[in-house]
Amino acid sequence: MNIDWNFIVTSLPLYEKAAYLTLKLAFVGIIISLVIGILCSIILYFKVKVMHSIVQAYIELSRNTPLLVQIFFLYFGLPKLGIKMSESTCAIIGLAFLGGSYMAEAFRSGLEAVSKLQIESGISIGLSKNQLIRYVIIPQAFSISMPSLSANCIFLLKETSILGAISIVDVTNLTKDLIGMYYRTFESLTMLVAVYLIMILPLSFILSWLERKVRYAEFGN
Amino acid sequence: MQNSGIDVIFQGKNFQRLFEGLFITAEIAFISIIIGSVLGIIIGLSRTTESKAVLFINRVYLEAFRIIPTLVWLFIFYFGVTTALNISLSGEIVSIIVFSLWGGAEMGDIVRGALQSLPKHQIESGKALGLNYFKLYRYVLIPQAIRRMIPGTINLATRMIKTTSLVVLIGVIDVVKIGQQIIESSRFELPTASFWVYGFIFFLYFIICYPLSKISKSLETKWNN
Repeated sequence: MNIDWNFIVTSLPLYEKAAYLTLKLAFVGIIISLVIGILCSIILYFKVKVMHSIVQAYIELSRNTPLLVQIFFLYFGLPKLGIKMSESTCAIIGLAFLGGSYMAEAFRSGLEAVSKLQIESGISIGLSKNQLIRYVIIPQAFSISMPSLSANCIFLLKETSILGAISIVDVTNLTKDLIGMYYRTFESLTMLVAVYLIMILPLSFILSWLERKVRYAEFGN
Repeated sequence: MQNSGIDVIFQGKNFQRLFEGLFITAEIAFISIIIGSVLGIIIGLSRTTESKAVLFINRVYLEAFRIIPTLVWLFIFYFGVTTALNISLSGEIVSIIVFSLWGGAEMGDIVRGALQSLPKHQIESGKALGLNYFKLYRYVLIPQAIRRMIPGTINLATRMIKTTSLVVLIGVIDVVKIGQQIIESSRFELPTASFWVYGFIFFLYFIICYPLSKISKSLETKWNN
């Protein structure tokens, strides 16, 4: 097989641009998902009335439907009701809608895993409810849920691969276009896999480093 | 009530066609789950050996499917493998191959986890009774491991069903594609069709996946205690 190096060199800037877009969308999506996840998990943990069932319905809806159908609905369905959004807005909302429920589940299991002993000790040394949440429950819950949170981050970054369906030029969509235009299938696919490795491997190393850094919860167990 | 929108789903043969599309999706998911499970059991068993080479190959296989998105695997097989081997594969076949391989990798991890979570004394007692490896697995380990595997397996099945929605992107006429065709054909008389059709597909996926994830969750809590 003869590899067309010229093609690889000329398409590198395109991949760079697409990878930047992919990372940007994934980053914003992950941040918003984390916020939604924290809010939802707190609502679930403290069983806030009414909100509790709304959050549960949201989690079930978002976890049991594919992202592709969600973003098709956002991008093609909602404009018919007068809600028009750009591709990237749809993409971010879609990622946040999907990611929020995964993050919420991860946080919730973390919150529930904080041992009763810790909470009782906190109360007995006279911490107020706010202090208890701020200094005892949240740091430990965060530490316990860190592995699933980082798995969710990688999951969301991978999910950006389908955003091409609403004509966002991410790395996957770019590859599909390049194959269609120049028929350099082998080169394009190799570059695509390389770009994903370059994006995901460092992220997964950083996240597992973070996981080791935030292991407060192992203390005293 | 003409043009009220939701009628588009029940107009003419639309409802029937959407279900035909759903059937293709279900068929791909079903075949892949079966092949993936069989493959996964073999892989999971092979991962309990101590051979470094076997463990390494398995690790690379699993990580490859965990790092590279499923859609990219679909493209690799649909565009890459077909070009490299100079063959032609239909979108359905490619989907089944990719989903089976992916399911096999994930299932292998579930099987390995279940086998390794069994207490060591089960293996030792089995050996002490003079069971050979086949009998040890057949009568002692596998029956106990299956229970621990089921919640994870159902979970994997829901993930696979959800991921089958991607097949539309390699040209399979699945439920999403038929939805698009219905929207196209009724774009003048029913401009709001896309809202209802995508909403309906959203609902279809939900009613398939929701019971499965409920079952898996309740089994998990039931068997953990």
